[in-house]
Parts: sequence; C-alpha cells; structure tokens
Amino acid sequence: MSLEDPVNEVPTMEQGRFANIAVTLHEPTAAPVSTDAKIKAHDVSVFYGEKQALIDVGIDIRDKSVTAFIGPSGCGKSTFLRCLNRMNDFIPAARVTGSVEIDGVNIYDPSIDPVQLRARVGMVFQKPNPFPKSIYDNVAYGPRIHGLAKSKADLDEIVITSLEKAGLYKEVKDRLLEAGTGLSGGQQQRLCIARAIAVNPEVILMDEPCSALDPIATARIEELIDELRQNFCIVIVTHSMQQAARVSQRTAFFHLGILVEEGETSQIFTVPRETRTQDYITGRFG
Amino acid sequence: MSISVLLTILLIALIPAFIIGLLKARRIAEDNPRAMHSRAGYYGGYLALWTVLPALIFTLLWAVLSPTAINMMVRAELPATVLEHRQGEVSLIMGTIDAVARGLPYLTPAERSQIASDPAAVRDILGKAGVILASEPEPYVIAAADHLNAVRATSRWLMTGIAALLALAGFVYAFSRISAQFRARNSVESVIRAGLIAASTVAILTTLGIIMSVLGESVNFFKAVNPLEFLFGTVWDPRFAGAGEAAEHGQFGLVPLLWGTLFISAIALATAVPLGLFSAVYMSEYAHPRVRAAFKPLLEILAGIPTIVYGFFALITIGPFLRDTGALFGLQISATSALGAGLVMGIMIVPFVSSLSDDIISAVPQALREGSFALGATKSETIRQVVLPAALPGIVGAVLLAGSRAIGETMIVVLAAGIAANLTFNPLESVTTITVKIVSQLTGDLEFNTPQTLVAFALGLTLFTITLGMNIYALHIVRKYREQYE
Repeated sequence: MSLEDPVNEVPTMEQGRFANIAVTLHEPTAAPVSTDAKIKAHDVSVFYGEKQALIDVGIDIRDKSVTAFIGPSGCGKSTFLRCLNRMNDFIPAARVTGSVEIDGVNIYDPSIDPVQLRARVGMVFQKPNPFPKSIYDNVAYGPRIHGLAKSKADLDEIVITSLEKAGLYKEVKDRLLEAGTGLSGGQQQRLCIARAIAVNPEVILMDEPCSALDPIATARIEELIDELRQNFCIVIVTHSMQQAARVSQRTAFFHLGILVEEGETSQIFTVPRETRTQDYITGRFG
Repeated sequence: MSISVLLTILLIALIPAFIIGLLKARRIAEDNPRAMHSRAGYYGGYLALWTVLPALIFTLLWAVLSPTAINMMVRAELPATVLEHRQGEVSLIMGTIDAVARGLPYLTPAERSQIASDPAAVRDILGKAGVILASEPEPYVIAAADHLNAVRATSRWLMTGIAALLALAGFVYAFSRISAQFRARNSVESVIRAGLIAASTVAILTTLGIIMSVLGESVNFFKAVNPLEFLFGTVWDPRFAGAGEAAEHGQFGLVPLLWGTLFISAIALATAVPLGLFSAVYMSEYAHPRVRAAFKPLLEILAGIPTIVYGFFALITIGPFLRDTGALFGLQISATSALGAGLVMGIMIVPFVSSLSDDIISAVPQALREGSFALGATKSETIRQVVLPAALPGIVGAVLLAGSRAIGETMIVVLAAGIAANLTFNPLESVTTITVKIVSQLTGDLEFNTPQTLVAFALGLTLFTITLGMNIYALHIVRKYREQYE
C-alpha cells in the first residue's frame, strides 16, 4: 500500500470518505480468508485489584487472518490481547476470569503451563525491544531455549528463514553478528517479528507494533503483516483506524472494557451496527 | 576586632546592602518597569556581593597569611643565641612565647610591674593567670611576648580598617553602577558560577595535594632504596633501626605484600560476588516487594558495621572455627589465615555487590523481560540470558568498586590475616597486605626520616596506583559495553 494513500488522514463524516476506505482496504487481501475459529474467548473479565478493566468479553478469532482491536485509550484492548498469551500473569494485582480456548483447549486451565503456551502464541510489543545481543542471537534466542535446532546448520537456517519472512534478511545479512540494538526503529521491530516467528508460533499478537515508527517503516510492517497472515493467526491492537482498515480482515471495537462490536472490517468501517462504533470511527470521541 | 566578629559583621552586612540595592532598583523601575534589564532582586544581590565579597576575601587571606608574617617578625627580634638552637627547639620557644603572650593581658598592673622587677616570680604569677609553664621563662620571652601582643593588635586594626574600606568602596562602586541598563543578573550569575567552580575544584585540588605529598615522601624513600629492589624484591624485612642509627636497611620487597593483598582480595571477591549477585537476583527478580523492602536495608547494615568489628569476628570466631574444622581433616590451618580474612572481608563487601547490582538489575527495562517471556522463556532463562547480560556493565562496575574496597581494607587483615609477610600460595597460612604494613611502619617510636618509615609512602603510592588502575579499567569496561548495547 502506498504512502500517498488518502486513508492516512483522519476520516470525516462525509460518506465519500467512507467509501474510499472501503475500497482501499480490500486491495491487498488476495489470499483466501479462513473462517475457522483459532481462538474462542468466553466471558473474559480482567480485574486490576478492585477495578474491572475488561467486562465479559466473548469473541471468536479466525485462523490465518488478521484481526484488529480498535478503541480509545484505556478501553481494554491491550489488556484483552495480553490475556491471549497470559502476559497478565506478570501483573501481581491482575485477575482473569472466564475462558480462552486455543484449538479447543482452555489456556487458563491449571494444567496449562504458561511458558509452553507462550511458545505457541508469540507477541510483538509497542516499542521494539530487541535484546542487547547480536541480530543472530536475537532471532536464535527462542529456538535455542526450546531446542528447536539440532545442529548449528539447522539454527542458521531457522534464523535466515525467519529474517527473510520478516523482510529483514537482505538489509542485515552482512552484519548478523552486530548488535540488534544498532538497527533503526523499523528494522528493530521487524527483528522482533523475526524473533517471534523463529519459534514457529501459531498465533502472533501485536500490541500497537507501529506506534513508535515513522510512516515508511509502518508501511513495511503493514505489508509484512499481510504476508504473514497466510501462515499465522494474527491479532493486532492499533490506535490507527486507517491501519486497522488496511491490514485486517476482521475488526473488534472495544470501549470502556466492553467488546462493543466485532465483524468484517469492511462492515465495521462502513455500516457499523452500534452508534458507539460509528461515533468512534468518525472521530466524535477517542 | 577579632576575625570571627569581623566575619559575622560582614555577613550581616549582606542584608542591608541587599535591601538598599533592591530599593534603588525599585525606585528606578517605578518610572519604567520594562526598561530594567534585571529583576530588582538581582540589583540587591549585586550590591550585597560587591559590599561583602572583596572584604570577605581580604579578611580570609589576612587570617591565613598574617600568623606566619607575625611569627617571622617576632622571631627576628629574638636574641641571636636563641636562634642558633635546633629547628625544633626554636618552635618550642615560639610556643612558650605564644602562651605567655596570651596570659599577659589578664595580669593586673601590679602583677605586670612585679614581673618586670622579679624574674623569679614570673612562673607563679602567670600560673595564676592560667598559663602553665614548665620552667621559669627567660627575660627575653616576656619581651618577645609583649612584642607579639603589640604586633597582633596592630594586625587586627589593620585588618579591620582595610576590610571596612574595601566594603565601603565596593558598596559605593556597585551603588553607582545600578541603573536600568546595567546587567545585574549576568554579574550575579557569574559570581554564582565562580562559586560552584571553586567548590568543585576543592576535591580535585585535595586529590592533587594527596598525590604530591605521597609522591614527595616516596621520592625520599627511593633515594635510600633502589626502586627495582622495592618493586621486585621477594623478601620483606625492614629491620627496625633505632632512632638516630643510620645502620642497616633491611629488605623492602613489595612482592609478598602485593601478593598478600591480591590473594586476600581475590578470596574476598570469590566470596562476595556469588553471594552478592545471587541475593541481588533474588531481591530484584523473585522477592515480593515487601520482602525486598525488608531485605535490602538488612543487607546494607552489613556495610555499616565498622571494619574493626569484622576483625573481631574473624579473629575470635572464623579463625578458630577454620582451625578446628581443618584439624578434623588433618589440615594445619593457622588461626590467622588468608582464608579467614578473605571470607570475612567477602562478607563485608557483599552489600556493595548486592545493593548496586540490585539497583542495576531493576533498571533493566521491563520490555526486555516481557520480550523474552513472550517467546516462551522461563524466568531463569530470561534472567540468565537477557537480564544479566544487559546489566553486565553495571555489575562489573559494582564488583570493581567492591574490589578496590577490599584492596584498601586494613583492620580485618591486621586482626585476621596476621602481620607476617609470607610469600605463599597456601590460603591456610597467614599473609599480610600493603595496608597492614603501612600501619605498622608508621606506628611506633621511629624517626621519620628513615627508609623504615618512608617505605609506608611508597606502599601508599603503590596502593593508589593499583586502585587507580582498577577504576580506569572499570570505566573502560563499562564504556565498551555501553557502546555495544545502546
């Protein structure tokens, strides 16, 4: 998708502008859209101490497609994302109720080891967070701890394929042993994506992956997300409605801890069922 | 007027000078507040500084320099026979004159005349005035004391008068300069900056002074002893020569002391680094915040225990314990051993390692941990492979700091490692360190100008060089890792 695309601007109430979004968002989605639910969440509530941050969220997230979570700040979209790989476990005061099933297994079942779960559900964060290691070691980190490579040659191959899939290999192939922290912001974020891909996850969660990047780097990441969709179930939290419109097939709108509406991205952005969704995407609040 | 009174008056004068400057500036500002370059307070400050600062600096300089000048003037008046005495005795006589001079003003006129007429009664009369003398002072002492008092009085009057003149001149000058265009703020701020520079220079100058004094005495030592003999000699046997005997020198081999120092420090670090690092990891990564809040100050108490107390502990608990335990296995461990001293010193420096490392580990961004967890890493994998490498430069700094603390430690070694300068690789025997030998060479009835005493400064110089080298190396390491990771 080109940078000069008019959807980079904030949409207004004009109908014509809506039509514009609807047209552009279907452009890159040539791959067939899967309809199988990879993740099924039922009645998920999250409490931070006394405060309830998420109220009875239920959603089916499809495999091999991109689902975007949108909503104003503090609406619970990131909180819900972090429920999907149990990252909320690290917040001492946080308590999660309800169930999240991935391939039919509840990940909050006591028999589930969150460490194993996170190997299947990768995550990319808002700010690029490469480890203070070489580019190679950053990508090799996951495969090493999970013993995915039998030999050095195996590991080399995993690292190179992951970097290729993340669209970074060409840029860094001559300096794989240099520090990952020496890359530019956009390259660092693609390195983090390569790192997540390297452990061969089934689901990739992205928490505002482009919010710290410039428009060119953002465009590259968005292209990448669209390519990755063929192999992974991708969930992306974003503040940018344009981004949601550009990269996702399905969109969920959160407001005040409630999942207000979820559906085809084209439908959410053109004919939302709820007035709150309508108000948000037209810029009346948020 | 005495110096303290003068200084007090000068400091009090700050207030009226400030107020006068402030008022004058306000009056100018009444007509046209926008035209003033600075806020009124800066004009007050400017006037106050010009009034007080020159006079203050003059007074302080006078206070520092005048005693020497007065002393020289009085000494010049002493009979030639007195000045032929040795340096130390002349100082002693000057001391007596000073004491008598302090007593004289308290005597009644009758007593004064009695002193003049009856030299034998001087001691008694002065004794009543609070001046205790060892013997009847010679007549020239009284004359010199009178002279001293007179010069002192003149000096005080001169000081007061010149200070008052300077204050007045400064006040008039500054007052005349206060106008709307005058940049009072810039002047005041440059004075403040000069003050800050002066404050930061003091530490540097002190360091330079220390280096110069140690260097000077070391050079005296190396005049008597060959530097190569000192640096590479393997026998430490200074042979205490009695006072005045130029006699034999003995051997001043540094190697056994240096080895002892490094050996004990190495044992201490081998104890402290694992203990400190593990407790730091526990505190920052595993402990509940409430546990950490209790744990950390408790560990830091260790750093507050005086080292001599650690020395007792080593001497009466650890030493005998090691000896008895060794005996069980048929090992001969002396009660004062490198091992015991190293272990106790290691415990002493645990808080340096743990507390600093804990801060450094806690400062590693949470994003790095989350990134690792999100890849399915366990907590220990995350700590070993992400958190500790990221914290490494800081941890190295903490360890080197603890190391230089260990190298400079004295009291524990005196008590726990002994004073025998053995060159041994056996940690169960007693060794000694550079610091211990500095203490033992400088204490006791020794003449100062012998190599036996001066060697202490050469040892101090060596110690200083080692710790300086360690600090430079630590900075180098920290910088190297910074470049790599940031």
